[in-house]
Amino acid sequence: MSTASGTPILSARGLRKEYGKEEGLVRAVDNVDIDVAPGETLAVMGPSGCGKSTLLHLLGGLDRPSGGKVWLDGRRLDQMGERALARMRRQSVGFVFQAFHLMDELTAQENVELPALLAGSSPRSARQRAVDLLEQVGLADRRAFLPSGLSGGQRQRVAIARALSNEPRVVMADEPTGNLDSAAAVDVLRLFDSLHDAGQTLVVVTHNSRIAATADRMIIMRDGAFVDQTRLTGGTSGHLGALIGLEG
Amino acid sequence: MQQEVVLALLAKEPSYGYELRARLGQALGPLGDAINAGQIYVTLGRLEKAGLVSCERSSGLADRPDRKVYELSPAGQQRVADWLTEMSWPKPDLAEFHLKLVAAAAAGLADPISIVDAQRRELLRRLRDAQRAAMAEPDRSDAALLLEGVVLRMQADLRWLEACEQSWIDRKATS
Repeated sequence: MSTASGTPILSARGLRKEYGKEEGLVRAVDNVDIDVAPGETLAVMGPSGCGKSTLLHLLGGLDRPSGGKVWLDGRRLDQMGERALARMRRQSVGFVFQAFHLMDELTAQENVELPALLAGSSPRSARQRAVDLLEQVGLADRRAFLPSGLSGGQRQRVAIARALSNEPRVVMADEPTGNLDSAAAVDVLRLFDSLHDAGQTLVVVTHNSRIAATADRMIIMRDGAFVDQTRLTGGTSGHLGALIGLEG
Repeated sequence: MQQEVVLALLAKEPSYGYELRARLGQALGPLGDAINAGQIYVTLGRLEKAGLVSCERSSGLADRPDRKVYELSPAGQQRVADWLTEMSWPKPDLAEFHLKLVAAAAAGLADPISIVDAQRRELLRRLRDAQRAAMAEPDRSDAALLLEGVVLRMQADLRWLEACEQSWIDRKATS
């Protein structure tokens, strides 16, 4: 599923988010247009403070834009009331955060069940889905553990399983490897790669070039605007062998 | 191909050229695909002339085009032993790219930041290729370990590009 096409599942036009006033006005997101195709993995990179996290929050309905339009799955998020927006988030978006945001007093499995229960699944089907997802992220034997008994990498994998609990239309990840060592980051990138192969739409904001390199397309942001966009698929001009200097 | 690499491939036991190629392929995996098979034979010929390798024609395998068995000479063994203890490390050529940015900015020929952007696009595509190749290799294979090295070096290059980007943005803002 590396060739994503069709009607965008996520779109924005003229999207803006401003903080402060007059002299202190900050344009965190400055007139951005974006389309994400179903099944596409999109990476957003850029220096700290460039607005990439704010953008993700606007696209996922966690924050309200100052101006512009956002469509998720064909519906306008910017015009929705609070309750409809909350419902849309629960049903259609899976979030993964840098700091995991797991419930400390719930087991790994209970954490993963929670979004499905909140979205109205039966306890039985929520449980079955949680068991399947924890197996998918390689944590079948950690189901009954509390987050405090898990490593950072394991917690993030639980958080990814939780994000998938509702079969979201889009998974949005904000610096998912920001708190992880490089081995745990590789586990996350393998997981994202397998989600991509399974056709999951993913938007990832990251500093980690290895995570960005799993994407089909990359956007670079500076000062709230897109300054560079490129497709990463389609390969490079040279052989892999050229990378090790043994050619010729 | 570097002479010491071929000598070292031969250190295990006297071998046919195609056996050396197989050992090289095993160690490099997909990274070795670009290497021309003929290079090993060219290098073996040079090593023979230099007295580092001796060569014997094996009989009884008339249908094989490749009938020479190569063996390290004592001088060849010494060269391999020296090479193993020698300090060598591939040199990244950062200065050329750096000077490109400095010159572009000084002469007003191009925006250094857009040069950084272009370089990053290319590097990320290469990183993607190398990473996919690494993930396709079985764990703990020789080739997976080499690909990990390639990936980590590119990651370091990309971090340096980030530093270049930030620095040139700051200079633009203060100039």
